[in-house]
Amino acid sequence: MTALAWLVPVALFLGGLGLYAFLWSLKSGQYDDLEGAGWRALDDEQHPDMAGVDARPAVEKNASCVKDMRALT
Amino acid sequence: MAQVLNVAQLPGAQLPDAQLPDAQAQVARRTHLTLLAVPEMHCGGCMRKVELALASVPGVECARANLSAKRVAIMTTARAPTVEPYLAALQGAGFEATALADVDDNTSARVQDRDLLKRLGVAGFAAMNVMLLSVSVWSGHAGDMPKSMQTLFHWMSAVIALPAVAYAGLPFFRSARNALAAGRLNMDVPISLGVGLATAMSLFQTARGSEQVYFDAAITLLFFLLIGRVLDQRMRVRAASAAENLLGLRSPAASVIFADGRIERIATSDIVPGQRVRVTSGERIPVDGRIIEGSTEIDRSLMTGESLPQRACVGELVYCGTINLATSIDIEATAAAEDTLLADIARLMATAEQARGRYVKLADRAARLYAPAVHILGAATFAGWLLAGQGWEAALTSAIAVLIITCPCALALAVPAVQVAATSSLFKRGMVLKAPDALERLSEIDTIVFDKTGTLTFGTPSLVDADTVQASVLAAAAALAAHSRHPYSLAVTAAARSRQLRVAHAKDAVEIPGLGITGVVDGVSVRLGSASFCEVTACGVTGHTPRGPAVWVRLGTSAAVALKLQDSLRPDAVKTLQTLRASGYSIEILSGDSRGAVEQAAATLATEAWQAEMTPADKIARIDALKRSGRKVLMVGDGLNDAPALAAGHASLSPATAADISQTAADAIFQGARLAPIVDLLAVGKAAQRRALANFAIAIGYNIVFVPLAMAGHVTPLIAAIAMSASSVAVTLNALQVRGAVGRELS
Repeated sequence: MTALAWLVPVALFLGGLGLYAFLWSLKSGQYDDLEGAGWRALDDEQHPDMAGVDARPAVEKNASCVKDMRALT
Repeated sequence: MAQVLNVAQLPGAQLPDAQLPDAQAQVARRTHLTLLAVPEMHCGGCMRKVELALASVPGVECARANLSAKRVAIMTTARAPTVEPYLAALQGAGFEATALADVDDNTSARVQDRDLLKRLGVAGFAAMNVMLLSVSVWSGHAGDMPKSMQTLFHWMSAVIALPAVAYAGLPFFRSARNALAAGRLNMDVPISLGVGLATAMSLFQTARGSEQVYFDAAITLLFFLLIGRVLDQRMRVRAASAAENLLGLRSPAASVIFADGRIERIATSDIVPGQRVRVTSGERIPVDGRIIEGSTEIDRSLMTGESLPQRACVGELVYCGTINLATSIDIEATAAAEDTLLADIARLMATAEQARGRYVKLADRAARLYAPAVHILGAATFAGWLLAGQGWEAALTSAIAVLIITCPCALALAVPAVQVAATSSLFKRGMVLKAPDALERLSEIDTIVFDKTGTLTFGTPSLVDADTVQASVLAAAAALAAHSRHPYSLAVTAAARSRQLRVAHAKDAVEIPGLGITGVVDGVSVRLGSASFCEVTACGVTGHTPRGPAVWVRLGTSAAVALKLQDSLRPDAVKTLQTLRASGYSIEILSGDSRGAVEQAAATLATEAWQAEMTPADKIARIDALKRSGRKVLMVGDGLNDAPALAAGHASLSPATAADISQTAADAIFQGARLAPIVDLLAVGKAAQRRALANFAIAIGYNIVFVPLAMAGHVTPLIAAIAMSASSVAVTLNALQVRGAVGRELS
């Protein structure tokens, strides 16, 4: 029976962890753009783009403030 | 948080600092959000280009594109007076964008979406944990689980299930309460009653230490039902945002010329009829109006679906949302911003969508019979056992067993399982079924209405008699055409390629927007473009111009040659229409195109019922007339001008090349150059309907066997579990048979 005393709280804890992760991902807007997210994973940020111009500074600037935007929306 | 969210998402709104926590207030103090619609954003590369183009605009902190909504949010440090710098930056990157400044954001829909997802997450968590405990109890029946342990597990289930049911079930309880308050019954009433009673009774039985506990059934049912709600909600958010993007096609500002010659940029909404408005080349026409100075070429695809630019001279009417392609013109506004044809299209679409919303789905019709039947059976069981002298507890337990057994597992699966099987088999054939419930509407279709341009035809011009044009002339024209993306240029290039001509490289090629291209090919100066550009005839003089659209090419000083263009029919259009007619469908063509063009196409397709030069309102009127005479209309169309008609049809279909708005309004989208998918789609619709009805028969058969058992008080949780899964498996297997229907002839 001591097995149960461990098993049940552990099951609840792990399940709760999953629930928390889901609610967190929901709140941080990860379900807002399901199509775009797939493409972003393929985006190679180190790659110079835009007619040969190195886009890195622009990419970094953009990425740093998107977080702020998330906090608002 | 909801308040913060509302304010933050208002485009360009200043956030009130007082309501925000410190960290957020800090962010808020230096930020403004602006939303733009970018309809042409289709892939990851586009997203990146859009974001980077905007990030390089001075004052922009960052930009975040949303590919699903086809929108981009821009965060700026200071409030920008207009959105024009952003639009210009995007135009530079090759994207046309429109401001959503005066459009309500669909914040509430999005909040609802998140709310449902949260409830779904909670229900999922609770369902898994309660099920874990329940399975132990069930297996405990076979093993040696002591009674005290069982009761402990039941109590733990109760602790998890009670708050979860209360939270996750709230949308259903609310909907049921509203329905009852209005004196109606909906599917949520038996759901709420079943879930509520099962939970309350389980709690009571747990307190008594009894074995009949149904926490798992209650919460699992809520979990599955919530999945359906979430999918439904997502579909609606998507449709709403597309309609808003359509209204975004209005230009936010326009250059108005006042009586004293002053030119001022004012908001489009402030324009009054009679004012003189200047529209420069490449600009969208801000209001409906009449040209009073200048002549130009107009892209009217928004109104007519016709992608070829059309000439417009003084005195002609031009419509809001169409694009001025060539030279600057002055127009006299004939309607205020909210009375334009574009605003009408948006209104028509909204009305038509609502009308379709009133269609009663098969599952809902079943529910109308089912819900009262379940309640009567449950009540009869309770009353019967009470009269038979059993205590009220035993009577209530049996009544709940009836509610649980009838909780529509197989019934709820009957239609969705068929829809999933049909959707996946259609997908393999290049069709995307956007609204799965369209299948049953498709099965009732008896009339098919086609748009012409872009639907029966490709919507892009190709050269007529390309083989009779002198090879050297065509090669020279193609050399210039290679420098342009104009639909005419693409047609010339394609013709040269199909004749395998050697195309030289053109030197000094210059494209003059709306007119043509000049350049030097093999040492000869060549012009390719409109008649006037090649110095043939001017606007209004048709003497030498061939019938229909044409592009002219002139080598050196020799006489200009006309290359006639036409929009060709899809390769299997004739055969597909024949097959459909042979299967008993009546066919009509409704087009916004000119009389001659439609007449010719209709003759080729052997279709007698056709109408030309139709406005979006005309198309809706015709579809309504057909509906009133008892016909079930399938609308097939692609243009923005078809969007309201697509929404008005009993069911609707768009090619994948259609405008975004039309794709949103359509139930299904077909890919590729062929029309044959329409035949498949109708066949699948019919097969799906047959299978769905068979599924209802299975589900009802299952109820006929088990409901009496439950009423008799013989159903244990184990029997219920076996019976429920057996019926679900039978229903699913039956649904899979739909896959065989694709490719078979219509029956």
